[in-house]
Amino acid sequence: MGVYQEKPALAPPNSTTGPIAWVRLNLVSTPLNTVMTLIAIYALWQLLPPILNWAIFDANFAGDDAAACSTSSGACWVFVKTRLGFFTYGFYEEAERWRVDVSFLLLALVIVPQFFNNFPYKAWIGLAGLTVMPIVTGILLLGGVFGLPAVETHTWGGLMLTLVLSFVGIVAALPIGVVLALGRRSEMPMIRMVCVTFIEIWRGVPLISVLFMASVMLPLFLPEGWTFEKLLRALIGITLFQSAYMAEVIRGGLQAIPKGQFEAASALGLGYWRSMSLIILPQALKLVIPGIVNTFIALFKDTTLVLIIGLLDILATVQATIVDPAWRGVSTEGYIFAAFCFWVFCFGMSRYSQALERKLHTGHKR
Amino acid sequence: MSQKKTDIATLPKQKTSPLNDPRIRGVIFQALVAILLIWFGWTVFQNTLHNMESRGITTGFAFLDNPAGFGILMTLIEYDETHTYGRTFIVGLLNTLLVAGLGVIFATVLGFVMGIARLSQNWLIAKIATVYVETLRNIPLLLQIFFWYFAILQPLPGPRKSLDAAGVLFVNNRGIYVPEPIPGDGFGFVLIAFFIGIIATIAISRWASKRQEETGQQFPTFTAGLGCILGLPLIMFLIMGAPLTWGIPALKGFNFKGGIQIVPELIALLFALSTYTAAFIAEIVRSGILAVSHGQTEAAESLGIKRSVTLRLVVIPQAMRVIIPPLTSQYLNLVKNSSLATAIGYPDIVSVFMGTTLNQTGQAVEIVAMTMAVYLAISLTLSVIMNWYNKAMSLKER
Repeated sequence: MGVYQEKPALAPPNSTTGPIAWVRLNLVSTPLNTVMTLIAIYALWQLLPPILNWAIFDANFAGDDAAACSTSSGACWVFVKTRLGFFTYGFYEEAERWRVDVSFLLLALVIVPQFFNNFPYKAWIGLAGLTVMPIVTGILLLGGVFGLPAVETHTWGGLMLTLVLSFVGIVAALPIGVVLALGRRSEMPMIRMVCVTFIEIWRGVPLISVLFMASVMLPLFLPEGWTFEKLLRALIGITLFQSAYMAEVIRGGLQAIPKGQFEAASALGLGYWRSMSLIILPQALKLVIPGIVNTFIALFKDTTLVLIIGLLDILATVQATIVDPAWRGVSTEGYIFAAFCFWVFCFGMSRYSQALERKLHTGHKR
Repeated sequence: MSQKKTDIATLPKQKTSPLNDPRIRGVIFQALVAILLIWFGWTVFQNTLHNMESRGITTGFAFLDNPAGFGILMTLIEYDETHTYGRTFIVGLLNTLLVAGLGVIFATVLGFVMGIARLSQNWLIAKIATVYVETLRNIPLLLQIFFWYFAILQPLPGPRKSLDAAGVLFVNNRGIYVPEPIPGDGFGFVLIAFFIGIIATIAISRWASKRQEETGQQFPTFTAGLGCILGLPLIMFLIMGAPLTWGIPALKGFNFKGGIQIVPELIALLFALSTYTAAFIAEIVRSGILAVSHGQTEAAESLGIKRSVTLRLVVIPQAMRVIIPPLTSQYLNLVKNSSLATAIGYPDIVSVFMGTTLNQTGQAVEIVAMTMAVYLAISLTLSVIMNWYNKAMSLKER
């Protein structure tokens, strides 16, 4: 009587596992695929070594003046190193730069917790970032009170100005966007018409013309004797422009809330404002956080346009230094540095918004 | 029951303030907003009039007839210093339309290629496309324009040392010079043949689809259409004795004469606009194709339909429904982004009209209003066309 003995399962054939199978499946599965792989490898072989040599192996990192870059043929990162202060702070007075650093730190303290799932008081920190922090950093950067010497806004520049423009733009545009979005869905024809007109006009014109308008036409609109600083004018333009986009994002969230929620709020006897602020908006805003982050990314990139009306954002600081005759031909290095700064912020934010989208996609899936 | 009803009827009527009636409140609220807006508009209007008067600016559009007195780098229509400010508006508008139109075409082609490449089974191709998309769309467009213009095109050698291809195409820091086709006598007939070819193709495709519906027989519409559109003009071209010569650019003194010069401003702007927008279009195309349920492909396969035909007749028509609305907004973005031309001096409407003309005349209100009206008009036209196309492609529920 033979006893049944289980035999171990056979290993899968070599051709379906391991690196060889991976190559067969992903690189040479069909003749066309093979040809494309070969072309891609050839192109990379032609492109990558020169780029890597230029950017890393032959590049100059040591030294602190233009002479240090004449030794080899690669990139001149010394240029970026020596101008880093200007790229970060613009013309902000050296002695007062700690105030900018503290503001950066505050921003980091607000943003970093948002990346962790179970950080204590995460929502409150985020809320403080949208309400208290702008005031604190505003006082810190502007000065003029609490014994801090005043720093004029025309000395602001570099990465700091880029962050100020985009952050103020988004924080100020959010409430206006909420009001516009509610107005667009209002039952009062007059309100609806006004909001639709506002939104469509701002969305239909390029930001550049809005900035032009803010810098050329705003002084004409105001009573005589009223003048704004250039930074404030740019901020007004950006905020109005951004609030129209924000309104459309929030409208998307409002439309996604089932009608039952509105009816339930009415059945409980809540008026319009209370049903909106207690029932509808908390749900709608939570739904559109990824959309808001995407708008923020777009705004962050769009802040570069302020250089056209003469503000010194990070791209403008790079643009201003690469023409320095002491450093010959450093434009590529400067642009790559600026591009890298933007890329880090934008890529990080887009990854965050994608992760958030996946996380939020659980409850409302129908 | 009836007892209760009479009770309510006999109760003294509760007085509710008319202010609590939502209809009345709505009317009051709207009236308030209207008054506020009118007051706001009136104040702004008065301020503007006052400010313009004190600066000595006359209002109105009369300035459009004054001579402009400045040159423009690139014009599609005849223009020189003696033409009017009104003409600068047209020149700028045409330049904007040129770069936007070409940009839309290039961005669409590149975007679709990249979007499909991201879904490729070939790991290397998919990764290259991913790197392309993730790099370009996370860097500001203005920076990319600057990069191509100042870091790539400006350091090219001057006209005397230009790079050339086969002695007919020259590249230097003043742009790209390509041969210019000069139509001879009888070239008009070739154009007529071309249009007849297009009309014939439309007629053939109508007839073919009607026949297929009636009898189920297919007709090679694509090949026939290609034959009509390319073949007819070619035959006519040969009959007329090849009435076309090429103006080859040649170095005369310090610069090139003859041929068509494509200025570096246009190249940098067009290249940056197309590659940047293509990165966004690639993502739209990818998500559109992914949105078509896999069951559709499997169903087509089980019906024995070939892979290429499945893609053309089953997947893409359904994906287009998802793709078109966001694609429209990308096109609108491209048109609006073309205004960044002003940063490198490409003479688009913002750069010429809202820049130079505004600085010379000081007519800020009129000029800004005209420029914004142009962009609004382009946006609305594009939206209407794309909405019509979207409706034509959308699911027909019966």
